Amino acid sequence: MIALENVTKRYGRQPVVDDVSITFGGEGVTALIGPNGAGKSTLFGLVGRLLSPDAGRVTVDGLDVASTPSGELAKVLAVLRQDNHVAARLTVHDLVEFGRFPHSRGRLTTHDREHIEQAIGYLELDPYRDRFLDELSGGQRQRAFVAMVLAQDTRYVLLDEPLNNLDLRHMTEIMRLVRRMADELGKRVVIVLHDINFAASYADRIVAMRDGVVVADAPAREVMRPDVLAAVYDTPVDVREIDGRPVALYYG
Amino acid sequence: MLTDPTTTESGALPDAGLHRGRLAISWASPAFRLALLGAVVLGLAAAYLFTDVPGSLGYALRIRSLTVAAMIVVATAVGVSTVVFHTITQNRILTPSIMGFDAFYVLISTLIVFSSGSAAFLAFDQLTLWLVQVVVMVAFSVLLFTWLFGGKRRSIHLMLLVGIVLGTFFRSFAEWMQRMLDPLDFQVLTDAMFASLTRPDETLLALTAGLVVLGCAAVVPLLRVLDVLTLGEPAAVGLGVDHKRVVMTLFVGVSVMIAASTALVGPILFFGLIVANLAYSWAGSFRHVWTLPTAVLLGMVCLLGGQLVLERVLGYGGTLSTVIDFAGGLFFLYLVLRKGAR
Repeated sequence: MIALENVTKRYGRQPVVDDVSITFGGEGVTALIGPNGAGKSTLFGLVGRLLSPDAGRVTVDGLDVASTPSGELAKVLAVLRQDNHVAARLTVHDLVEFGRFPHSRGRLTTHDREHIEQAIGYLELDPYRDRFLDELSGGQRQRAFVAMVLAQDTRYVLLDEPLNNLDLRHMTEIMRLVRRMADELGKRVVIVLHDINFAASYADRIVAMRDGVVVADAPAREVMRPDVLAAVYDTPVDVREIDGRPVALYYG
Repeated sequence: MLTDPTTTESGALPDAGLHRGRLAISWASPAFRLALLGAVVLGLAAAYLFTDVPGSLGYALRIRSLTVAAMIVVATAVGVSTVVFHTITQNRILTPSIMGFDAFYVLISTLIVFSSGSAAFLAFDQLTLWLVQVVVMVAFSVLLFTWLFGGKRRSIHLMLLVGIVLGTFFRSFAEWMQRMLDPLDFQVLTDAMFASLTRPDETLLALTAGLVVLGCAAVVPLLRVLDVLTLGEPAAVGLGVDHKRVVMTLFVGVSVMIAASTALVGPILFFGLIVANLAYSWAGSFRHVWTLPTAVLLGMVCLLGGQLVLERVLGYGGTLSTVIDFAGGLFFLYLVLRKGAR
């Protein structure tokens, strides 16, 4: 499990993550929701050792993020950040190969190649494997990055807003893949989402943050309540049941 | 025009242009391309060494092979450092000269001429001068680096910005002093401001070569890590790269190489930009195993070709940097425009 113990991170004097203690990353998919500036990405940064906390301790399966060698952590935890701009011209295959870096340090074995093939196949990228990333559509590129993270073959996969700038079809595609990764491959996926309805339909558990604090942490259905969501987003949200599934309406 | 969604999925870009681009890139493997470039370098080196010999071949060879050796050292330093710098800073427009290496060299030389005159400057012990310049340049860049990158801030952009500001300051300060020099002193100083590869001091050349080898020794074990760094810091950290330590090592390696070769031949970073960007399009792979040696060999082509033109065509009627910048700039423009047209 991923555990934060009294973790605080400040930018200047403003705490962005404020004395948070939480354990997450259980089986299945965990969605992390909350308004802009709630501290979701900062939390990911702290877990993914891009940021160091001002106070508190972060552990992944008991490994202290601050003291465990980065290369060891990379075998347990894979993180996909929001903006993935690559200056060099890489093909899809090149990119997915990088996922094996923690294991191979760049010298690929047959075992590594199997993982790469699996990841490419899993994300249905076979037709595009030799395409350059700048020749792909947004949805394909996002899948390529998810394939890289999948090839890393870690227990935990953290995805920071992977649906950004995707259309309806590609959003659904990514979410289905995330669900399959959890169900078929046993990955523990933690995913930052803005669309709470995606969170409700694909996640097992929802963690909601606001102002640097965790305000809700419960099975998806329990978080999908008008009072909870309104408090998280500071906006009236209606929740209706459609075909037995809770759907949030916030279009005013 | 309506497009079937399935075709946009498989062909986001016009296919004809795409295939042409792919063909142009895959006509030969990176290894073949590198070997081809190596052959060109050997040809140019032979042309430089063996043609147009005025007197004894042995004497000419001894003098010229020193120049070629200096070229190898300089091309390695400039090629490796520029490509590594590009990867660390995630851009392909800046060169390490932005950190003020050249400006610092100019400032130190100007200070010496300004304070003790050109006669003293010329009489100055070469080894001491070289040592002072290397130490001061490395110290300056490493200080700047640890201050702005090693601490809590960790911002490459801030470091570059401070580097640019300080570089400009050094340059203006040097120019201000140069304006007050007497014409003879100024003449001597100006000569020292242009890179010259002919007749390098043998001891200094050996020392510089040693430092460049040291710099390369820092870079070579990190070749594969450099590939990962092309993904950017967040992704590299996610893949288990100890970003801070790796970048620090690379930066020190780069500083040492540049400082040593600048102190040997003068400001040399001018052709790094051309060489590195040509290497990216020539190498046919983003991997540093290919781009780094390609950049070094292209540097050799520039230096050998430039020196040949300077000596044999222009009869020393110019400077090496003018020749290389002119030819390289034209070629670079051609590449950019061709890319734009496609």
